[in-house]
Amino acid sequence: MENLLLTIDPGTVDWSRAQFALTAIYHWLFVPLTLGLAVIMGIMETCYYRTRKDFWRTAARFWQRLFGINFAMGVATGIILEFEFGTNWSNYSWFVGDIFGAPLAIEGILAFFMESTFVAVMFFGWNKVSAGFHLASTWLTGLGATISAWWILVANAWMQYPVGCTFNPETMRNEMTSFFDVALSPFAIDKFMHTVTSAWVLGAAFTVGVGCWYLLRRRHAELATQSIKIGSIVGLAASFLAAFTGDNSAYMVAQTQPMKLAAMEALYEGGNSQGLTGIALVNPFGQPDYMTDAEPPMRIAVPNMLSLLATHDPDGFVPGVRDIIKGYPKADGTQEPSLKEKQERGRKAIQALKDFRAGKDKEANRKVLERDMKYFGYGYIKDADQLVPFIPVNFWAFRIMVGLGALFILVFAVLLFVVYRKDITRPRWLQMLGIALIPLAYIASESGWLVAEFGRQPWTIQDMLPTWAAVSDLSSGGIAFTFFLFLFLFTAMLAVEVSIMCKQIKKGPEL
Amino acid sequence: MTYDFLQHYWWFIISLLGALLVFLLFVQGANSMIFQLGKTPEERRMLVNSTGRKWEFTFTTLVTFGGAFFASFPLFYSTSFGSAYWVWLLILFTFIIQAVSYEFQNKAGNLFGVRTFQVCLILNGILGPLLLGGAVATFFTGSNFIVEKGNITDALQPVISHWANGSRGLDVLLNPWVVIFGISVVFLARILGTLYINNNVDDEVIRKRIRRQLLVNTILFLFFFLPFLIVTLLGEGYAVNEKGVVFMESMKYLNNLLAMWPLAVILLAGIVLLLFGIVRTVLKPGYVRGIWPAGIGVVFVVLVLFLIAGWNNTAYYPSTADLQSSLTIRNSSSSEFTLKAMFYVSFLVPFVLAYIVYAWRAIDKKAIDRKEIAEDDHAY
Repeated sequence: MENLLLTIDPGTVDWSRAQFALTAIYHWLFVPLTLGLAVIMGIMETCYYRTRKDFWRTAARFWQRLFGINFAMGVATGIILEFEFGTNWSNYSWFVGDIFGAPLAIEGILAFFMESTFVAVMFFGWNKVSAGFHLASTWLTGLGATISAWWILVANAWMQYPVGCTFNPETMRNEMTSFFDVALSPFAIDKFMHTVTSAWVLGAAFTVGVGCWYLLRRRHAELATQSIKIGSIVGLAASFLAAFTGDNSAYMVAQTQPMKLAAMEALYEGGNSQGLTGIALVNPFGQPDYMTDAEPPMRIAVPNMLSLLATHDPDGFVPGVRDIIKGYPKADGTQEPSLKEKQERGRKAIQALKDFRAGKDKEANRKVLERDMKYFGYGYIKDADQLVPFIPVNFWAFRIMVGLGALFILVFAVLLFVVYRKDITRPRWLQMLGIALIPLAYIASESGWLVAEFGRQPWTIQDMLPTWAAVSDLSSGGIAFTFFLFLFLFTAMLAVEVSIMCKQIKKGPEL
Repeated sequence: MTYDFLQHYWWFIISLLGALLVFLLFVQGANSMIFQLGKTPEERRMLVNSTGRKWEFTFTTLVTFGGAFFASFPLFYSTSFGSAYWVWLLILFTFIIQAVSYEFQNKAGNLFGVRTFQVCLILNGILGPLLLGGAVATFFTGSNFIVEKGNITDALQPVISHWANGSRGLDVLLNPWVVIFGISVVFLARILGTLYINNNVDDEVIRKRIRRQLLVNTILFLFFFLPFLIVTLLGEGYAVNEKGVVFMESMKYLNNLLAMWPLAVILLAGIVLLLFGIVRTVLKPGYVRGIWPAGIGVVFVVLVLFLIAGWNNTAYYPSTADLQSSLTIRNSSSSEFTLKAMFYVSFLVPFVLAYIVYAWRAIDKKAIDRKEIAEDDHAY
């Protein structure tokens, strides 16, 4: 069959990436609050169930109302993400659909139905079902959202650390060989733990922020105080968990995505006993000259810390961008091949697959594929520049995320101390700081997403498929149109949500 | 458990999800008639609150339908979604604007007014079923795509699935039978919507309007659906032989029904149940349970339509541009391992259905009335 369309519009890749990023960024504005508020309102309704005090019922209903406003936006932006794998990344959908489709289907069956069933009971069942059933529905709504996060993060983790699969040249695609390797990948577990605990931080920050705003306005003191108590406990515990799981995530990144770590650290030339960069003058708007610069200007680092975090050995070897391009010695004594060698082996794999499909010496070509398939994606790489993610975004987003994470621990601890041991209704500076937690938590949350997703460029699947081999055959103009359509739509919807949310908060609980 | 069994099993699951999705389009059908059934703001709120407690089931079933298709037949997911870009994006667009319209429309701070979000619900109520119906119709009429898996080895142009012209899917809407089936799904959704509201909203004024609308929409549904069904059953269909070669076969879908006669019985039972639910509701004013026989009937009919499109050596996603690019349940399915893993996962479905039924009954044991809308502080 003759191929009728012979070239891909280069803008297609950029616009497809932009559209996916836009959707994911918007989606990630709403999901963390859903996950976080689910815990807060679950705790409050549990307090009501145990004490039967009207105050807790009112408090739970107040937070559920805010949850509902946010929840709808999460659902609206979420549907487009799932289908964009097919619409904008059709090659990807075929090449790894045998593995990647399963988590999405399970997410629908297990998580979405649980969420959508019990969220209706939670909103409309207060006077229709028993208190126990209602409480269970509230927790099950949150559990559904959390299970949803699990499966989508299993899918995301698999893209960054593909396991439990093998390439089948007969079908021209990757196929699953172990469901449990995919579902319980250590990368997925770390990613899930870090993402969900960071979402709890955001939910706690939102709760504390709204409570502080009421105190500042001298309204609803009881609701505000109790919300700050619960929010601070959840926030502090979740911040510690996020820090711990973040450390594990960084270790996993170091083992499986060294280029991402190098970009996060702006580490051009690696080596043993590497220090962790606290701050450095990395131009936020331009890619640095990583092939000639020694290190970013004005770098202040904690000695040996990066080696310790990345290898669990203070003198361990951490590769920089240049090492990854040139090849470097690994901890197990083997040598990581250079980019050039990986490119050659990737091209051999592609050629072998072509010959295999043409029926030429199938056994010999199968052996080449078994040997070189792990570098298949490098066959599409033309030069080193394509392999290096945009360093400034990774470098600064990582620092913002970590810096704010440390700040949250401090602020939640202070709030917890004051709310239990002092009078939280008095220190206005602390109330204002509490309000500031809301935008800061969103900034930290989005920064984390940027680190995870920008850092893995150019790969849709690590080492296997770069973005330009994963796209659909679409015109860049068409995708640009839908990009702006969604940009307009999501922005308008966000404006309405923020407006309604502010009105509802101003209105307060209905006591 | 053979690979062949698993492929048929998963086509059955996809068909069942598709059938349930069409049943759940009662949400869209009712929303498309907000202004016909509700003449005052209070009446419209009752309607919106009624569908507003079920819209997530439709939404979730659509997402699960997509996810299950991805997991079991990834080549369809890749080819249809990536090639017929505009059709799927339009469908998604209408569902996005629906998702926020319930929560936002009657809340203080809504920047665009109640009417804007009600119009969004109507747009989704008409365009959603129309486009989904059109997409399903292409299972019988064919689509203009080409699949060449070998392209993955072409570094300059590695995309394996293409639409054969620049319209990226919009040209399917030029096929009159695609549009006719889409329109018939719109009227079917409106039939189900009226029956659902009749059951779920306890208001005599609205119920009187429902019976009139039910009759009109039934006539229009039959006017569009029956010609499509007859032409599909009696026309040529896309068959596939043992070697995987796709060819045109006269009266293929009728032959499928005859070869799989239990499906013909289910189809007939479905039609009878649908008509029973409609006719009894029209003739007996106190009868409000018509949604159940009609809904089960619709599930039966749609299930059979999907099954005759994919079972019995049939190409379920035929290509009009290159017959041999057509997708069958054999050439587009996931590996045996994945289908088997997902087979075990599918055992959870009855459990999911059980808690949905339990929660649905708990919420719906008392129909919505004017008092509830006035008193419920979370009412939309």
